[in-house]
This record gives sequence, C-alpha cells and structure tokens, in this order.
Amino acid sequence: MTISFLLLAAITIIGTAAAMTLKNLVHCVLALSLGLVGLAALYMQLGAQFVGFTQILVYVGAVAILAAFAIMMTRSADPAVSHVVSSFRASGALIAILVFAVLAWATISGTSAQPILTAAPESSVGQVGAALMHRFVLPLEVIGLLLTAALIGAGILAMDEHRGNQNRGTR
Amino acid sequence: MTGHLVTLDQIFVVIKHWLLGFVPGALQPISSAILSVVPVVIAFPLLFAITTVLERKGLGRMQNRYGPNRAGWFGILQPMADGIKSLTKEDIVPKTADQLVHFLAPVVMVIASFLVYAVVPIGRNMVIADLNAGVLFFFAIGSMVELSVFMAGWSSHSKYSLLGAMRAIAQMISYEMPLVLASVVVIMAAGSLSTVTIVNMQAGYTGIWPHWYLFTPWGIIGFVIFMIAATAESNRCPFDMPEGESEIIAGYFIEYSGFKFALFFLAEYLGMFATSAMAITFFLGGWSAPFSFLTWIPSYFWFFAKLLTIICAFIWVRGTLPRLRMDQLMNFAWKFMLPLSLINIVGAGIWHFMPAGFTRWGVVSLLLALSCVLLSRGLRRNKWFHVRTYRFAS
Repeated sequence: MTISFLLLAAITIIGTAAAMTLKNLVHCVLALSLGLVGLAALYMQLGAQFVGFTQILVYVGAVAILAAFAIMMTRSADPAVSHVVSSFRASGALIAILVFAVLAWATISGTSAQPILTAAPESSVGQVGAALMHRFVLPLEVIGLLLTAALIGAGILAMDEHRGNQNRGTR
Repeated sequence: MTGHLVTLDQIFVVIKHWLLGFVPGALQPISSAILSVVPVVIAFPLLFAITTVLERKGLGRMQNRYGPNRAGWFGILQPMADGIKSLTKEDIVPKTADQLVHFLAPVVMVIASFLVYAVVPIGRNMVIADLNAGVLFFFAIGSMVELSVFMAGWSSHSKYSLLGAMRAIAQMISYEMPLVLASVVVIMAAGSLSTVTIVNMQAGYTGIWPHWYLFTPWGIIGFVIFMIAATAESNRCPFDMPEGESEIIAGYFIEYSGFKFALFFLAEYLGMFATSAMAITFFLGGWSAPFSFLTWIPSYFWFFAKLLTIICAFIWVRGTLPRLRMDQLMNFAWKFMLPLSLINIVGAGIWHFMPAGFTRWGVVSLLLALSCVLLSRGLRRNKWFHVRTYRFAS
C-alpha cells in the first residue's frame, strides 16, 4: 500500500462515483473518463504498460468520445434533468452485491492473494503479441469477424436511412 | 567519430550526469526526471515562438505582404509582444459557461500536449522515457486531446464552439485511423513499439545512404499518409474546418480569451510538432544523419533540422491549398486514406517475406501504385468536373 496506489485508487473511485451521481450527462462522461484514466494508471503501476495504454486509447479515446459525441448529436446543450436514483434500485443493488461477492470470492481464494516470492515476470509488448498470435489466435480471429460484421451492419443501417431520406426528398 | 565530437554529441547527457553528481542519493531519481523534463518543456515552447514568426512571415511572403515587422529586428520579438499582450488581457468567461469544465479544458489540452514528448527521441541517448510501448503511449495521450476539445466546445455554451468541437472530433476520429495504420508498417518492420528501438533500427548506412524507412515503397506511402493525417489531426489548413473563420469564427476555442486562448494556440502547435517528431522517428530515421559522412554533426541538430523542414512544409501547404468541404474531408479519410493504409500493411508484409532485391521493389511498388490509382479513381466516381453555371450571375 504505497501513497501512489492510494492516490490512484482515490482518483478512480471518486471518478466512477461522480459518474454515477452527477446530474449533468456530460459531466458524467467526463468523470467516467477520469475514473478510467485512474484505472489505466493503476495498471501501469502494476507494470502492465501495454494494458494501461490500451485502456486509455480505447476507453478515453474512443468510448468516452463516442458517448460525448452521441450526447452532442442527440441532445441540446442544456443540462438534461434526470433522476439520479433510478426506479430499478432494488434489483440493481442485488446485482451489484452479487457481482461484488463473486469478485471478492475470486480475489480471496485465488492464488494471487498469496504473496509472490519469486521475481515478477517480465511482461513486454512482444509477449502479449506472441500470445495473441499463437495461443489465442482463434479467439482473436473470431472477435475480428464479429467486429467486421458489426461494422458492415452499421454501414448498411446508415446507408438505408440515407437512401430513404433521398427518396423522401425527391417525392 | 573522434573523442571531442562524441562529447559534443552527448553534451546534454554529460551535463545532466555532472549536475546529478551534486544531488544526494535519495533525491537522484526525481532530480534526474526534472533534469530531463525541464529542457524539453523549455525547448518546444521556444520552437513554438520561433514558428509563429516564421509562419506569419512566410505566409506574408506567399500572400505578397510583409507580415510582422515592427517588434524588434525584422519582427523577431513579435512572440514576446504577443505573449505579454495575452497575459495582460482580461480573462472573460461566458456567463452561461460551465465554469469548471471551461477552466479545465485548456489545462488538460496543454498537459496532454506536453506528455507526448516523453517518448520522442530528440538525440542519441536523449529521450525522457524509453517506454516498452512508446508508440502506443503517443497515440493514447493524443486521444486525450480530443476529450479536451470536446470539453472546450461543450462548456462554452455557444453554438459556434459546439459546432467547431463536433467538426474537430469527427475529423480527428476519422484521421486517427490512417495515422495509426500508417505507423503499423513501421512497427512491423522494426518489430518493436519502442521509439528508441525504431530509431536505432534505421541508424545504419549502405554506402552513404541511410536505412530510413522512407526509402522503401511502403515507407513513402506510409509517410505521405502519416503527414496528411497529421495535418488533419492538428487542424491545420487544408483541414482547418474546425476553426473555419468564415463559417464558425474560431471553432471550439472561440469563447476563450487572454492566456487561455494562447494556451490553446500553444497546445495546437505542440501537437503539430509532436506528430511531426513522430513522423521523423518513424520514417526519417529520428536523429540519424542523412548521409554517412555527416554523422559527425550532433544528433540533436539533425532532429531539429528535420523538424524545422517539416514545419516549413506545413506552412507552405497552409499558404497554398484551399480549405476542404466536410463531405470531401470525410470521403477522403474513409474511401482513400483508410483502404490505402490497409493495402500498405499488406505491401509491407510482402516486402518482409520476399528476398531482398529489385523484384520486391517492383512487386510492392506496383501493388501500391496500382491501388493509389484505383482508389483515387473510385473517389472521383460520378464526379466529373463541369463548367459551373451560376443562376443569377450569367
């Protein structure tokens, strides 16, 4: 438990908590990205540079931006009035408790909870790449196929809408 | 290289170690970090100051006027005057603006722009952090700039700044893809994500010619794609839609005044320098000399010489090309740059697996040239140019 760990954990927790409690949607997105940056910093503190940078690149650079973009495109710039406490709070709390219990059980009973006496394994980008290309090549390909299908589907959806608008325009 | 030339090459490293000798052992790591960071934080804003003069004088020459020539000798003190002016100006925040986000946007932007320089190899043994995943770090931090653009545009609560932010983010997302894919070929060739290793791989010579990745078919295409995407990423002409003065006045930072505006200006130029530095690292051999008989000149000199050359090219392009339209911009990104950069990766793969010689030059060049021609034809499909008739003018 070093000071840097406590600081990063505080940033992560404050960011994610603010993302759930703030009223303004855009503030929520910004707070969430703060939490994600904190999480990435925690990964880097554990020596997993690649995972940390990928976390920032994907979640801050793509997901948060996409969420912000969606809000800008669909809503007016005025802060949206919404209730912080949702009507599904009972079931939500139940699911949260269950997820927390499973994670806590896995953490406590897992081997990583015991202190590791041997030196930490050298984790480099090369090893991640080799693992993806050799052992996990089939999952990688399957995910690639899934994402391509999603991309084509999104393209087709957008194209149909565009064509419909054109027809409406000419009529 | 002889002894004193090596010393000249490594003079900054030697000075740093000499200064570190005066620091007690417990403070060594942090003082080492400070001694690495401070010169970079000073040097690149200075380069920014020089570039503003260069750009205004250069653009002035291209547009048949003088440019700044009042402050100092030939206007050389113009950046000082600009700095004092923006420091003494009143800082106006719109009444309806989101105060906190409005304040944080330029801060986040400048921090992200400076962080990127951590992985730029400025000279031999001169890099702040030789990260294992340096290239990934560069793109990850670069994506934080987009978030600050959004923060600036949204928090100002003005339709012009919101429009500017939307344009900027759409453009940055679209051109980030070719930017990353163009650098993938270099990562493939070097077999590493570390910027220092990438430069070291290009540091050799055949005869007098260097082993830069620019001198391969996929390297040329990759460099051109990278530079076009870098122009779009840094919102410069001809891709300066986000701040189109004639349409939305100044884009996402229109509601900023005083030094906050200057910070946006600074961050924009720092971003431009950083992407240019990455282009140098990836394709132009980083700090290595262009000919083997010029290696006696210090490595950091070559880095800044290449950087200034690219900056001059940026200014030249800005003075020459007109602004693109939004649909042209998007079509160009998704229908030309993206497929070409994907084909470029295939070309780099073929290059890697074919035996060295003229055959692989021919095969890869043919593939890339053919796809260039076909893709540009596809881009022009159904869009032949006609004599334009104006309804009320003719």
